[in-house]
Amino acid sequence: MAEKSALIEMRALVKTYDLLIVLRKLDLKIERGEFVALLGPNGSGKSTLLRLLSGLSKPTSGTIFIGGWELPREAAAVRAQIGMVSHRALLYENLTARENLQFFARLYNLPQQDIDAQIRLLLERVGLAKRGDSLVRTFSRGMQQRLSIARALLNNPAVLLMDEPYTGLDQDAAQVLDGLLTQAYADGRTILMTSHDLDRAARLASRVLILSRGNIGYDAPASALNGQQLSERYSEITSLATAR
Amino acid sequence: MNTPFFQAAWAILRKDLQTELRSRELLSSMGLFALLSIFIFSFALELDRIARQEAISGVLWVTVVFASILGLNRSLAMERDQGNLDAMLLAPINRTAIFLGKLIGNYLFALTIGLLLLPVMTVLFNMSLIQPWLLLVLVLGTLGFSTVGTLLATMTVQTRARESLLPILMLPIALPVVIAAVKASTSILNNVPMGDWIAWPQILVVVDFVYLVLCFLLFEFVIED
Repeated sequence: MAEKSALIEMRALVKTYDLLIVLRKLDLKIERGEFVALLGPNGSGKSTLLRLLSGLSKPTSGTIFIGGWELPREAAAVRAQIGMVSHRALLYENLTARENLQFFARLYNLPQQDIDAQIRLLLERVGLAKRGDSLVRTFSRGMQQRLSIARALLNNPAVLLMDEPYTGLDQDAAQVLDGLLTQAYADGRTILMTSHDLDRAARLASRVLILSRGNIGYDAPASALNGQQLSERYSEITSLATAR
Repeated sequence: MNTPFFQAAWAILRKDLQTELRSRELLSSMGLFALLSIFIFSFALELDRIARQEAISGVLWVTVVFASILGLNRSLAMERDQGNLDAMLLAPINRTAIFLGKLIGNYLFALTIGLLLLPVMTVLFNMSLIQPWLLLVLVLGTLGFSTVGTLLATMTVQTRARESLLPILMLPIALPVVIAAVKASTSILNNVPMGDWIAWPQILVVVDFVYLVLCFLLFEFVIED
């Protein structure tokens, strides 16, 4: 285990798929407790970066440290402190909400005596306490996404990776998700969220990154620009990358 | 740091059984396919007793293998479609525990179909298939191709042509299992002296062992991005 000050640190990170270079020597540090919005057009490497950080994919070269543990060498230790929410639910439709959480709790080796209490608490937190015994296939997209957040929080992770979590949500469901993310941030979790919604990113996050063609084109506190300015900056960076 | 291996495998198996008990998605489609195939074979093959003795084990194994392929495709597609395979890979578990959990589930479903076919075929073909040695061959044979099938289905489920790709890849690789199982079954049903066919179940044991070891070793590479 290496001693590092930042919770997440990437050094000269490269990811290629055959001849396609997705990430180009990326250097990035994320401090504990930051809420980072990762913006960028489709194909800019946002989801790839999250897959690398979650250990689902291996870098072509470069190093990643999370909480001082190195990926992929110490992947199991890293996975224990990560929760991930994707635009897909990552849930079993033919199981109830409670059964889904019980299954993942067993995979995370949570103490048997704590599982039921922890699940009850999380279901209450995401507003699904009354639907705990309903099959997931009967849930709306918004409810599935809330349950997905409960799943991601089961192991009390220090880092939450959110891959376009607002995809397919209506306005009400998106507001509920806003509240859950704000709460997770207030709890001191480090959040890295990819999104196409610039306004929401500027409003929720503490720091904004714009990824373009595998490079970081912009990195500043969210308070540095308002929504309109961020939108202009985003267009400028992404159009520059396209023109290159 | 990892969740204990057998705890993780048991959790996955338990989840598969729980899902199947609720939806009956796999067993109903596999069972229906198997029954329809047997009915078609029994009506299509107008055989005398000797010809029937020769053909019946082939009918049994062809049906079990194709019904299992149907189940394997669905079992892994269920994990892939909702991204659940990724969710399992995110957990701090040894990845081969996923293979063991899925393998045991797939094996139990294939074996259930095989066991269901024995009394049905006994009635339709007027020949007793409920024999201890045949049960043993069924147990060994289904283990062999469930092992190969679980590994290959994990690979093919990530492709667009997964339904057609799995049998194309699986049948040649599972051929030693199918040949040994058919040879042993035919001999048992024809009351051939044990000394003349006992080598086939022994071959099945060896092939099963080799496939199990290879598939456990290869699984981690198969699920890598």
